[in-house]
Amino acid sequence: MNEYILVAIVENKPGVLYRISNMFRRRNFNIESIVVGASEIKDLARMTITVKGDESTIEQIVKQLKKLIDVIKVSKLDINKSIIRELALIKVHTSDSKAKSDVINYANIFRGRIVDVSEDSMTIEITGSSDKIDAFIELMRVYGIKELARTGAVAMSRNFKSFKIEE
Amino acid sequence: MSGSLALIEALKKQNVKIIFGIPGGAILPIYDALYDERDIRHILMRHEQCAAHAADGYARVKGEPGVCMATSGPGATNLVTGIATAYMDSSPLIAITGQVPTSFIGKDAFQEVDIIGITTPITKYNYQIRNVKDIPKIIQEAFYIASSGRPGPVLIDIPKDIQTSIDDMSFDSEIKIRGYKLNLDPHPLQIKKAVGFLINAERPIILAGGGIHWAKAYDELLMLAELLFAPVTTTFMGKGAIPENHPLCLGCIGMHGRIEANEAIMMADVVLSIGVRFSDRSTCKVDDFCTNAKIIHIDIDPSEIKKNVSIHLPIVADAKKALRLIIDELIHRGLKKEKSEWLKKIEMLKKDNADTEPEGELTGMNAVKLLRKVLPEDSIVTTEVGQNQMWASLYFKVLKPRTFISSGGLGTMGFGFPAALGAKVAKPNVPVVDIAGDGSFLMTEQDLATSIVEDIPVIVMILNNSSLGMVVQWQRLFYNRRYSNTILKSVPDFVKLAEAYGAKGSRVSSLNELEQALKEAIKSDVTYVIDVPVSSEEDVLPFVPPGKNLREIIFKR
Repeated sequence: MNEYILVAIVENKPGVLYRISNMFRRRNFNIESIVVGASEIKDLARMTITVKGDESTIEQIVKQLKKLIDVIKVSKLDINKSIIRELALIKVHTSDSKAKSDVINYANIFRGRIVDVSEDSMTIEITGSSDKIDAFIELMRVYGIKELARTGAVAMSRNFKSFKIEE
Repeated sequence: MSGSLALIEALKKQNVKIIFGIPGGAILPIYDALYDERDIRHILMRHEQCAAHAADGYARVKGEPGVCMATSGPGATNLVTGIATAYMDSSPLIAITGQVPTSFIGKDAFQEVDIIGITTPITKYNYQIRNVKDIPKIIQEAFYIASSGRPGPVLIDIPKDIQTSIDDMSFDSEIKIRGYKLNLDPHPLQIKKAVGFLINAERPIILAGGGIHWAKAYDELLMLAELLFAPVTTTFMGKGAIPENHPLCLGCIGMHGRIEANEAIMMADVVLSIGVRFSDRSTCKVDDFCTNAKIIHIDIDPSEIKKNVSIHLPIVADAKKALRLIIDELIHRGLKKEKSEWLKKIEMLKKDNADTEPEGELTGMNAVKLLRKVLPEDSIVTTEVGQNQMWASLYFKVLKPRTFISSGGLGTMGFGFPAALGAKVAKPNVPVVDIAGDGSFLMTEQDLATSIVEDIPVIVMILNNSSLGMVVQWQRLFYNRRYSNTILKSVPDFVKLAEAYGAKGSRVSSLNELEQALKEAIKSDVTYVIDVPVSSEEDVLPFVPPGKNLREIIFKR
C-alpha cells in the first residue's frame, strides 16, 4: 500500500466536508489526513487528502470524489513533483538552561521557530515534510513533550500548468 | 409569493401531476397550498414508505421523476427505505420533507430529525432550503440532477418558516451546477476499439442492465444484437431491455439466472456490457466471472468502471448514444455477420432449457408462468422480494419495456404493492399485477386503503407459502432445515383482509381456478387480492449457491 495525495476543489458551503468524509467511511476507504482551507477562488475550498491504498483503490476514490456534486475538481498529485508541507506546534519541557539552548539549537537546525517561551517550556513551530517533523518530534521527546498539535499535509504541484479552475 | 406556493409553482413547471404523500405538523403550509391546487393530484398514502415506493414505481414506469412528500421527523425517516431502494436502482425519486422552523434546527425540537445527514449516503444529492427565494432554483436543480446522467433520488428539506415566508420569486433561471458534468458522448477511439473487439469476436454476447431502461436505448440494443447476431443476456435490473420472447434473448444471468444465460456468458469471448454495475447477485463468484472474455463496459457513471470487475475497454457515455455509434461504425465497416457455430450452440442451449407449460400442481413457478399467459402484453408486473421475485425473474417473460418493476439492489420486501399503485397511476389503462409473497405483502398491505379510497385498482397475486420462503430455502439448503423464525403460519386470512378494506379477494386451489380468478381480476374495477396457497417446500431453482460461479448451478434438490 502506497501513500497518495489527492487535491480536491470543493464548494465552500455547509455540509460539504460531511458529504466527503461520509463517502470515505461508507465505501471503506481510509483517510490518513485531510486539510481544508481557502483556495484562490472566493467560494471554493481546497482539500488536501492523504490516503493509503493500492492503485485501483485510489482510482475508485478519485472517481467517487468526482461523482460528488459539491466536488468541482480532483487530482492525484505526483509526490515527486509536488511541494508537500505539514505544520506542527510542539510545546517542550525546558526546565534548565541546557535544555533551553539544546531546543533552540535543534529548532534552528530544523528551521523551526520558537514562537512562545515560558519559565519551564518552549513552543516551536515547524513546517516541512512528514519525515522531517517526525524526526524533530523524536528529538524533542528526550526533553518531554507537553503538548503537540500537527496538521496533515497541504500540497501543490510544482508544475506550472497546475490546477486551475475554469470559472 | 409564499414559499409553499412557490414550491407548487416550481413543481408544476417540472410537469408534476402526481404527488404521493402524508401531511404532518412541519409541512402543513405546503398542504394548505395544495388544498386549492387543481393541476396536481395528491394521493394520500397510509405510510410514508409506501409514498416513496409508489413515487418510485411511477418513475420507473414513466421514465421520469416521481414525487413523494412527508412531514419532518418520523415522516421523513419513514421515507428512508424508499429512498434507499430508489438509490440502489438509480430511480429518479424526488422526496420533499417538512422540517422544523429554522430557529429550532439543532435544538432537538418536536419531530426534528437530521434528514440531510441521514439521507446523504442514499441520495444523489439533497438540499435544505435556508432562503425562500432559492425554492424555484433548487426545485429546478433537483429535477435536473435526479433525472439526468445516472438517475437517482434527490431530497429537499424545507423548514416550516421557509414555507410561510413571502418574497418575490423568479422562475426558469438557467441551471448551472459547476460540480455536475455529464459524460454523454463516448470517446470516438473507444467506439472504434469496441467495434474491433466485436468484429473479431467468435462468441460475442451482450449483457444489458438497468441503464438500457433509463437511457431508453431499446431500439439500439435490439438493432445491435440483430446486426451482430449476438445473444443478449440481462441483469435482473435489465430484464425487459429486450423482449424476452426474442430468439436472441437468453434472460437474466445471476444467482437465480437462467441456465442458458449463465452458461452462455461464461463461454463468451467478448462481453459487451451496457448500463450494468456487475453486482454480486449478477456475477456470483466475481473472480471466476468471464475470465476468458474481453469485457467492454459502457456506463454513464465513470465510478462504475472497474468498481467490481476488471474490464478491458471502458466507454463512459450515454448508452443510447454509444450503441448508436457502435451500430453506425459496424455498418460503415460493412459488417455482415452470419449465423455462426456460436449461435447454433446458443440455439441448442435455449432449446434444452426451454420452459415447460404451466401444468399440474399449483406451484409458485406455475402460477407465474400462468400469469404471463393470461396477462395482456402491455400489462405491468411488480414484484415483492424473495422467492416470488425470483420466480418472476426466471419464468415471467417481459415483452414490453418498462413493464417489469422490482427492487433489485436493495431487495426491499414490501416494495411491490405500493410500486404497483404508482405504476397504475402512471399507466391507468393497463392491468398492474404485484407478484407477492405473504411475508412481503404484510409489510405494506395497509395501503390497500389507498388503493380503494383513491381508486387505484391493482391485482395482488400472493404466492402464499405461509413463510419467509427465500429464507426458508436457504435454511433448508445451508442450515440443516433449522427454520429459525421463518414460519408465518397462515395468518391473516388474505381474502378477509382484502374485504375488510373494500377490495375483492379470492383463494384458489388449482391452476384452473387461478386462471379464472386472474381473468376476473383483470376485469375488476377495484383492487383484487388473489391468495395462492403454495408449499413452503418448493425451492426456486436453478440456484447458484453463494461463493460459487455462474456455472456451479444447483438444478435439483
